[in-house]
Amino acid sequence: MNLAEKYKDEIADILSRYPVRRSALIPLLYLAQQENGFITEGAMIEIAGMLKLTPPQVYETATFYTMLNLKKVGKFHIQICKSLMCALVGSDTVIGWMKTKLGIGPGETTADGLFTLTAVECLAACGTGPMMQINDDYYERLTEEKVDRILADLRTTGTSSMKSGPFMWPDRAGARV
Amino acid sequence: MAAQKYELILLKNMSQPGYTGSLADYEQTGGYQALRKILGKVPPAEVTATVMKSGLRGRGGAGFPTGVKWGFLPKDYQGTRYLCCNADESEPGTFKDRQLMERDPHQLLEGIVLAGYAIGAESTYIYIRGEMVLGSRILEQALAEARKAGYVGKNILGTGVHVDIWVHRGAGAYICGEETALLESLEGKRGLPRVKPPFPATHGLYDKPTVVNNVETLANLPHIINRGPEWFASIGSPPKSTGTRIFCVSGHVKRPGNYEVPMGVTFRELIYDQAGGMRGEKPLKAFIPGGASAPFLTPEHLDVKLDFESVAAAGSMLGSGGVTIMEEGTSMVWAALRLMEFFYHESCGKCSPCREGSSWLVQTMRRIVAKQGRAQDLETLSDLCKNIAGRTVCAFGDAEVAPIMSTLKHWRQEYVALIHEAEAANLIKSIPVGARH
Ligand SMILES: Cc1cc2nc3c(=O)[nH]c(=O)nc-3n(C[C@H](O)[C@H](O)[C@H](O)COP(=O)(O)O)c2cc1C
Ligand code: SF4
Ligand code: FES
Repeated sequence: MNLAEKYKDEIADILSRYPVRRSALIPLLYLAQQENGFITEGAMIEIAGMLKLTPPQVYETATFYTMLNLKKVGKFHIQICKSLMCALVGSDTVIGWMKTKLGIGPGETTADGLFTLTAVECLAACGTGPMMQINDDYYERLTEEKVDRILADLRTTGTSSMKSGPFMWPDRAGARV
Repeated sequence: MAAQKYELILLKNMSQPGYTGSLADYEQTGGYQALRKILGKVPPAEVTATVMKSGLRGRGGAGFPTGVKWGFLPKDYQGTRYLCCNADESEPGTFKDRQLMERDPHQLLEGIVLAGYAIGAESTYIYIRGEMVLGSRILEQALAEARKAGYVGKNILGTGVHVDIWVHRGAGAYICGEETALLESLEGKRGLPRVKPPFPATHGLYDKPTVVNNVETLANLPHIINRGPEWFASIGSPPKSTGTRIFCVSGHVKRPGNYEVPMGVTFRELIYDQAGGMRGEKPLKAFIPGGASAPFLTPEHLDVKLDFESVAAAGSMLGSGGVTIMEEGTSMVWAALRLMEFFYHESCGKCSPCREGSSWLVQTMRRIVAKQGRAQDLETLSDLCKNIAGRTVCAFGDAEVAPIMSTLKHWRQEYVALIHEAEAANLIKSIPVGARH
């Protein structure tokens, strides 16, 4: 794969945003990840070349951040928040449902390569927990029925209408005293 | 809906039915008027003076006076300066910046342009937490609208003022909320906090003078300009805690969510009035007043006021505004372990007290919760905490010991009970099987 050819315009736009080239590193790694779902060694070497960095410099940054995958993940990466605020309202139960429904534990991928399950830390949606993120989307105030529907939707259509839109407000605040 | 008890400032627009956060909607509510009033008309130093007079303090955690921070930039320096908007929002229990960005992005953009003008920064970056994909899309869209309308970019509204804004996504690392780690990350490196001094005011992004401000801090600026610093300074608990704050209420309440109230209301009012009280029959046992880094408080502290000084006097901190409520029956040792696991996961590893200490703390806590603790574990915990706090490169070290230290202080008997259970079980195990009755 050749990022430079395929994403010429995107790369030019990214580079134009920063006076120092290295700042474009994380945005370019995202671009590479978009290509395969994870970042290949080849992509890291190519990016190093673009930014006049050494491959280890790219690797050093890439390994620091949890959202940059250096290994293949499932088509749908399910990340359930397990931090305290969600745990108070049942996130451990949600992880339990997911384990049963998918037959995998946190850190594992289903045999068909469809789902990867991860338990993660707070995603800034603690008022609407329990919650999870699947790929780019948030799913909040989870119930078992909702989880079933989401999984079924993803399996059949690749997306789900249960995902959250912009921050839930003021529909819920309408109930305020 | 019953009348809102307090006037909303930051959440006002989005509380109007049908408000979408588009440029047209924002303009209709008086949006970008502050920018028209100021740019090219009021000297930047005067804007800083206005912000100083308003008493605005940072909403990111530390509560540093915003105008004073801007005043630290070297005055005689003619080169490039930067402004970074800290939108990393990763402190467990905090979810207000996400709302501000997703529901009223132009309010933030106007605040950034005003701050950029005041400090002389022509390039500004919004460092948004990587997981907030939707938020970054909404901001990009709003930016495109604002650029087209001439509110952002080169020669804003023909005034000759340049302030451009770029959205930069993080990639999953809590520590990048710490301002110098944020700068490292923005430079394309690992997000390791820098040793201070020097401070970002003189050596920030690319070693240039830089201001880092939180989303909520910046979103206040258009209102301060439009309605005057005296108006702002009259809200809340003047003189030290002025304005409103958005408190993020989570946990065992009826209506978790964001509540914007003047600083100085009591926890009792926030929890029982605004958030509807406890979710069930069980009474309040404990609450965290300002995000995962803030020491736990007890029902005795319900009448403490939500302002910087009062919460500090009660032995905790207002921090990020994340207020987490726990009902009777919640194990405090378990709760402290949950937070400790977070800190253990997020320690960046740069300094040994935090890197090694967080690992020891989490192991000791896991052992106690699993009822395999030992009598000396409590001392080990206290010792570790004492040797981490105040001895690290960044304030993460002080934060990570807060849950354990405060639960040990208020609920020591819960730790003791778990250890007693472990000891009793061990005693049984040590008796030869044949001798057991
Ligand atoms: C470990 C750690 C994490 C932090 N995370 C955030 C954060 O997510 N968002 C934020 O605005 N400030 C965060 N801060 C505070 C910033 O370092 C900085 O003080 C703040 O962004 C300054 O903005 P303000 O003056 O407007 O509050 C964090 C600090 C520490 C020590
Ligand atoms: S205190 Fe922890 S997070 Fe901060 S620099 Fe040291 S190791 Fe990193
Ligand atoms: S604790 Fe789960 S989103 Fe914050």
